[in-house]
Amino acid sequence: MEQLLEILGDLHPEVDFATAKDLVTGGILDSFDIVSLISEINEEFDVTIGAAELTPENFASAETIYALIKAKLDDED
Amino acid sequence: MLFTSYGFIGFLIIVFAIYYLLPGRFQWQFLLLASYVFYFIADPRYLIFIAITSATTFLAAKKISDKKKSFDVWFKEHKKEYEKEERKSLKAKEHAAEKKIFLACLLFNLGILAVTKYTNFTIANINSLLSTFGRADGISFVQLIIPMGISFYTFQSMGYLIDVFNGKHEAQDNLFKFALFVSFFPQLVQGPISRYSDLSATLYEEHRFDWRTVSFGLERILWGFFKKLVIADRILVAVKAIIEDTNTYNGFYAFAGAMFYALELYADFTGGIDITIGVAETMGIKVTENFIRPYFSKNIKEYWNRWHITMGTWFTDYIFYPISASQFMMKLSKKSRAKLGNNLGKRVPVYLSSFIVWFTTGIWHGASWNFIVWGLGNFVVIMISQELEPFYRWFHSKVHVAGTFGWRLFQVVRTTLIMSSLRMFDCYRDVPLTFKMFGSIFSKSSLSQLKIDAFIEMGLTECDYLVVFIGMLVLVAVSLVQRTGSVRGKIATLKAPVRFVIWYGLFMVTLIFGAYGIGYSASQFIYNQF
Repeated sequence: MEQLLEILGDLHPEVDFATAKDLVTGGILDSFDIVSLISEINEEFDVTIGAAELTPENFASAETIYALIKAKLDDED
Repeated sequence: MLFTSYGFIGFLIIVFAIYYLLPGRFQWQFLLLASYVFYFIADPRYLIFIAITSATTFLAAKKISDKKKSFDVWFKEHKKEYEKEERKSLKAKEHAAEKKIFLACLLFNLGILAVTKYTNFTIANINSLLSTFGRADGISFVQLIIPMGISFYTFQSMGYLIDVFNGKHEAQDNLFKFALFVSFFPQLVQGPISRYSDLSATLYEEHRFDWRTVSFGLERILWGFFKKLVIADRILVAVKAIIEDTNTYNGFYAFAGAMFYALELYADFTGGIDITIGVAETMGIKVTENFIRPYFSKNIKEYWNRWHITMGTWFTDYIFYPISASQFMMKLSKKSRAKLGNNLGKRVPVYLSSFIVWFTTGIWHGASWNFIVWGLGNFVVIMISQELEPFYRWFHSKVHVAGTFGWRLFQVVRTTLIMSSLRMFDCYRDVPLTFKMFGSIFSKSSLSQLKIDAFIEMGLTECDYLVVFIGMLVLVAVSLVQRTGSVRGKIATLKAPVRFVIWYGLFMVTLIFGAYGIGYSASQFIYNQF
């Protein structure tokens, strides 16, 4: 989670991602941010997030993004 | 059948009457029939194209969906019999099989779009290349019909196919219901590009006559007619004059033309969408909104989130994200980070994907270099504003103007000016002429050039300009009121005589000041040609 918060913080230093919700619908993360983010996640966690998973629900908060990474790491059975 | 024609109004009245006379369970079937009649009246040959797209997409999506379901059931039962790696391999095999069907359908339908819309553009470019190498004998152009609304219904169908392939929702089981989703007549010719999950929620339901819903729909239609007939079709006369006589109308007039066109396009396109949404609403069907006061945007990125929204989200979800998240881009990202450093390297995939998206957006609008350069112009502006983000942050930390009315106004004016400049590519014959006219704004504009008579010579009277100006003020006022909720909802709370004055007044204004008669021609909606 710390790593993820760091990546998010680099994208938008002005936002407190530990508490922020509705990142996509609230207009904090736009499509550019999301693409940068999945590229960073791929780099840091070695996890590939597909286009179909780039939904407002999956990117609503740091927690939901982390849950997505975790599900990927645990491998989807 | 033009939305503003008497034929369409007559067609609408008949459809509306039968729709509410029929038992609810037959309503969607009737809408399918009405949609095909609407398309048949435009040109019977169009029906073949839309029927082929509907049938192939329906079959491919159904096959994919059925395969998914049966695989999931089998996998759930048998997964314990396999090791982790074997399970992965089984899933990959299933995915590959579905992908074959998906790609075959996607390429087939995009192929139809490409052949009908872009064959002659490709031939023209080949001929131009050949003539550069001294070959005078070019390829002959071919006579092809371009089915009305093909860009819209193809994109809508392919969005559905992609969603089924990605498992976002199951495929529709009924071919005729799916055919209605593709051909629903109010949105067939100029969008919005609906998502299946949105439109299907109300499209197949039974709808009983409800006065509030019907009256809200009629009000929306009337508002659309006002925008189209009173504003767009009137100012169109001046826009045409400016772009057709560039020797006379350059410099300041080219700037005025760009501003007039910004107003015309807004009134024309949003007016058309108002009619679409209103017609659907009178039948209890909810069509996705396509605009949220776009000219109030503070930058181009925001503008594209508020203008032609369904097209923007289509390109983001189905082109930008798949390209950006592809294995190729992830590898490219790693390579570019290693070679160019983390900061610069991570931009490469985003910028490359954006370039592809804007190129595609441009060519989607029309088979001409004007639209391609327009698309890439948007790309350049967005990239520049993206790169300037740190500067903006620094600027706002030093100068505390953010949030003030003045700064907000500056941002809105800036966005409008940039978008209007880019839209000059829509207007002029070719790219060099557009650049020439844009350049003339800076090189030829002067007070001595400005003559009031010149505006009258464009074909509009002082009274026409006054009507357009007042119409524009009404648009701004309505947009301002809309920020705090539905304008129709607010009007509905007023007393009956006030409501009557407002709607009857709007009706009479549209009837009296609508651009008809000598000097005007019932103009096609701009977005119909896309």
